[in-house]
Amino acid sequence: MSWTFFHKLGSPKWFYGISGKLLPWLTVASVLLLAVGCVWGLVFAPEDYQQGNSFRIIYIHVPAAILAQSCYMMLAAAGIVGLVWRMKLADVALQCAAPIGAWMTFVALITGSIWGKPTWGTYWEWDARLTSMLILLFLYFGIIALRMAISNRDTAAKATAVMAIVGVVNIPIIKYSVDWWNTLHQPATFTVTEKPAMPAEMWLPLLVMVLAFYGLFALNLLLRMRLEVLRREHKARWVREILEKSA
Amino acid sequence: MHPLRRKRLILILLAVLGVGAAVALALSALQQNINLFYTPSQIVAGEVPDQARIRAGGMVVEGSLKRSKDSLNVHFDVSDGTHAVTIAYSGILPDLFREGQGIVALGRLDADGVLQADEVLAKHDEEYMPPEVAKAMNDAKAKKAADGAPASNY
Repeated sequence: MSWTFFHKLGSPKWFYGISGKLLPWLTVASVLLLAVGCVWGLVFAPEDYQQGNSFRIIYIHVPAAILAQSCYMMLAAAGIVGLVWRMKLADVALQCAAPIGAWMTFVALITGSIWGKPTWGTYWEWDARLTSMLILLFLYFGIIALRMAISNRDTAAKATAVMAIVGVVNIPIIKYSVDWWNTLHQPATFTVTEKPAMPAEMWLPLLVMVLAFYGLFALNLLLRMRLEVLRREHKARWVREILEKSA
Repeated sequence: MHPLRRKRLILILLAVLGVGAAVALALSALQQNINLFYTPSQIVAGEVPDQARIRAGGMVVEGSLKRSKDSLNVHFDVSDGTHAVTIAYSGILPDLFREGQGIVALGRLDADGVLQADEVLAKHDEEYMPPEVAKAMNDAKAKKAADGAPASNY
């Protein structure tokens, strides 16, 4: 495998150029997916035989929960790249993705709580899945707060990277909490290895929504990272040229 | 890979491994405390602390639900396939409560081994299906049972 791609990623200028070309495609794709998934899931998908229409919140809840965990794994990966290869862009990615991940976790918790009331009979229960997800939210808060507390950029980068890497042990706990312990939360709806336990007209829109959330996440992350790169490299000549051109 | 980078990578992996091991030990020590509920088998085996508020979880046994005619009192059996525990409750049951459904009840065991619950929560599984499919499956099951019944008379 050629490593030029990987090493080029270290150059903020190269990143700014390539992400600019990616943005329009990503925007179109994620808006399309989101529109199709929402209408399909919320209007056309059949209702559940037990829960009726209230089950439709799955089309927001599950994608948000998947993204919350994927985003954290991305933070940990960025942390490793930042610590081992000292790549500046990895720190930019880590800082920019943390708030998005925190919001995703928040959305998953809120939608889950709204869903819990009509189905389980309670908004919140200290069950292993719910609690580990709450810990994930606090991990995100910790990373964001750590970054804000340390004014030196390099020190902050190292500290947040270490925190992101250490916190990754929570991810398998979230994933397997429903298998290891008795929980109120049901086991996973989507797994890579098994067929989903629902008919295609229910899980296809869910899949579309998951892809849409990944698209929106990537879009949001790239926009935030481009802004952060410009801010950090504002003294570089290529940044000045871009800004002068657009002014 | 550059030796310095390799050293840093190994150091990070070791740190994650160490933290992972520590968390795994802590979680296995807390095993029972993390479980949301006791199963009927655990309750029958006496693994439950005396006089403590506990949660019991399991499937509501078909045909065991008895409602009081003039109050909200209900009692029903909850089973995990091997043992069953009777639960008494006074109040409105959640919408998803039905026989054959998983539930979790919070309360105290009385002297007769009946769980006097003050909260009942419904569990649901990860299987979702449209009402028509559920109906078709029930019809098929009923038909099979009806076909099977005369045969057993012989």
